[in-house]
Amino acid sequence: MISTDINIVLPEITLAVFSMAALMVAVYGGKDKLAGLMIWVTSGVMCALGLWIAFWEPGTTTAFNGSFVNDGYARFAKVVILFGSAMMLLLSQDYLEKNKLLKFEFPILIALATLGMMLMVSAGDLMALYMGLELQSLALYVVASFRRDSIRSTEAGLKYFVLGALSSGLLLYGASLVYGFSGTTNFAGISETIHDGKLGLGMLFGLVFLSVGMGFKVSAAPFHMWTPDVYEGSPTPVTGFFATAPKVAAAGLFGRVVHDAFGGAITDWQQIIAFLSFVSMFLGSIAAIGQTNIKRLMAYSSIAHMGFALLGLSSGTQEGVQALLIYMAIYVTMNIGVFAFILNMERDGQPITDIKSLGLYSRVEPIRAAALAALMFSLAGIPPLVGFFGKLYVLKAAVNAGLSWLAISAVIASVIGAFYYLRIIYFMYFGTEVERMTGKMPLLHKLALYGATLIMLLGSINLFGIEAIAADAAASLFK
Amino acid sequence: MTVTLFAFYLFSITAVMSALFVVVARNPVHSVLWLILTFFSAASMFVLMGAEFVAMLLAIVYVGAVAVLFLFVVMMLDVDFVELKSGMQKYFLIGSSIGLVLLMELGLVISHWKVAPEAGSLLQSPTPSIDETHNTLALGQILYSDYIYLFQIAGLILLTAMIGAIVLTLRHRTDVKRQNVVDQMQRDPADAMEVITVKSGQGL
Repeated sequence: MISTDINIVLPEITLAVFSMAALMVAVYGGKDKLAGLMIWVTSGVMCALGLWIAFWEPGTTTAFNGSFVNDGYARFAKVVILFGSAMMLLLSQDYLEKNKLLKFEFPILIALATLGMMLMVSAGDLMALYMGLELQSLALYVVASFRRDSIRSTEAGLKYFVLGALSSGLLLYGASLVYGFSGTTNFAGISETIHDGKLGLGMLFGLVFLSVGMGFKVSAAPFHMWTPDVYEGSPTPVTGFFATAPKVAAAGLFGRVVHDAFGGAITDWQQIIAFLSFVSMFLGSIAAIGQTNIKRLMAYSSIAHMGFALLGLSSGTQEGVQALLIYMAIYVTMNIGVFAFILNMERDGQPITDIKSLGLYSRVEPIRAAALAALMFSLAGIPPLVGFFGKLYVLKAAVNAGLSWLAISAVIASVIGAFYYLRIIYFMYFGTEVERMTGKMPLLHKLALYGATLIMLLGSINLFGIEAIAADAAASLFK
Repeated sequence: MTVTLFAFYLFSITAVMSALFVVVARNPVHSVLWLILTFFSAASMFVLMGAEFVAMLLAIVYVGAVAVLFLFVVMMLDVDFVELKSGMQKYFLIGSSIGLVLLMELGLVISHWKVAPEAGSLLQSPTPSIDETHNTLALGQILYSDYIYLFQIAGLILLTAMIGAIVLTLRHRTDVKRQNVVDQMQRDPADAMEVITVKSGQGL
């Protein structure tokens, strides 16, 4: 029996064993001299695992008494997480090297965080959920303060740690209430205790606390306070990492908990998620207007985008889950492109983050500016770019589920949000001449930036078939 | 009044009172000592419930490690505790009113608490009767078999914490002399000293 279980979690075991082996090799081998190689090998392993999981035989299997679920939904999220992590890891090498932060622990911590994310989206049990979440978070707290000599970076790490611990506490309190009511931590077991779409008082309290904890992890308003400070203080590659894979994992986890465990009481959690989504969309769009630091701006942008992703989830339908998955995949792709650009914003070797320094950038580097402009249009959700289709799917799901008021507010919020994306484009094309940025872009970063831009432009034809894959993945959650 | 009941009230009153003193004690070292007393009372209550393994864990982990660590921090770091506590009076009213609201909410929940009818049958590993096995054995039987998955992830989490602590604090200093055990072992008396016979009256 244990051997069948192990076969099901084999990709996760591979990543765990790899990170431990890599740690040993680096500690007893060349230490930080191996860091560059380690980044490439780790990315390679993640991509290989991503391909392996992508071509996994279809179907749902569970392991370890239902603690671990391997279904289409988990596999979709894992593929996005693995490729997103691998890409951000590769992009980070150059920046880390320049800022003397290239240590062999970095790729290992990223690998462990990725492992935590994989466990999160596969969790079939409240305890497994918490363990995955902690593994991911703990590694992220460390990488947030990776520039340990900078006060901002250590502050970011500490803030993230303290608030993260608080949110974990709330999540655990919710989990204990749910366990106290239903007598089990297993999602399948919990759903058995829900009758006629009604939750007992204890379950309802548990659900609220669980949602607060998960809302913190997806950085949905009003639990978003940490996001701008952590994004700003962390080293830029880490910020880029935060904005990609962990968001997919947290959103995936949210979707799994509300559907697998509380699928019988959609109306109860629908209002919670609709509220989170509404507040996040507006707060993310309005608060970003005053920001001049591009990292803070991306933080508010991620809050707004998570609001849209949760809009899909709040519809409570299979279509909504499909929209959530599509949205997250598109969001990760856009962010990889944008951060490939942000990583190279520097003047004389000094990283700069002020968006005013992009003034008339189109005259310095016309192609790069055009690529960023396309990505910004896509983030704002302007057709015919792919970012628009992400929003279209969530809006359609919300309208079909009878949440028209929320869909209308989403459109209003996205119009408000378009202002700050367009302002970046305005600075690049019509701004005032400023001292030029001198950063030279490595080939890999160019590939990421132009690749993401091309996907945004060409994807509008058929979204590369992701729609059908996401539909299959969403269907596996509704059995 | 039976002995058990008497012991329960003794330990619970001690726990609550010492927890109160943790907060109000003026001297931080006293606070930590009160905290240790709180942990001990809680551990004793676990013994009363027949959960001796958890009681021992509480004593070893919380008293032995956590509380001693607190004591070290209090004594070694120069933290101004008077300043930390200066807001106590200022926030007392709002803090206690929030606490009161929370207490009332909890009361509401608990007074309406109903356990799901299926809860009994859904238990994954029901607690065996104390007559059959003692609880250390019962925990051991499921921890490494049913919960091996969670146990292994816990190990990975600890590994991550360890890597993190090292990454964030270890500094390789180049200006200090370090002990190199291998070098020391490899030293041979033949090349480490030289015996010179000095003729008397001549010197070197």
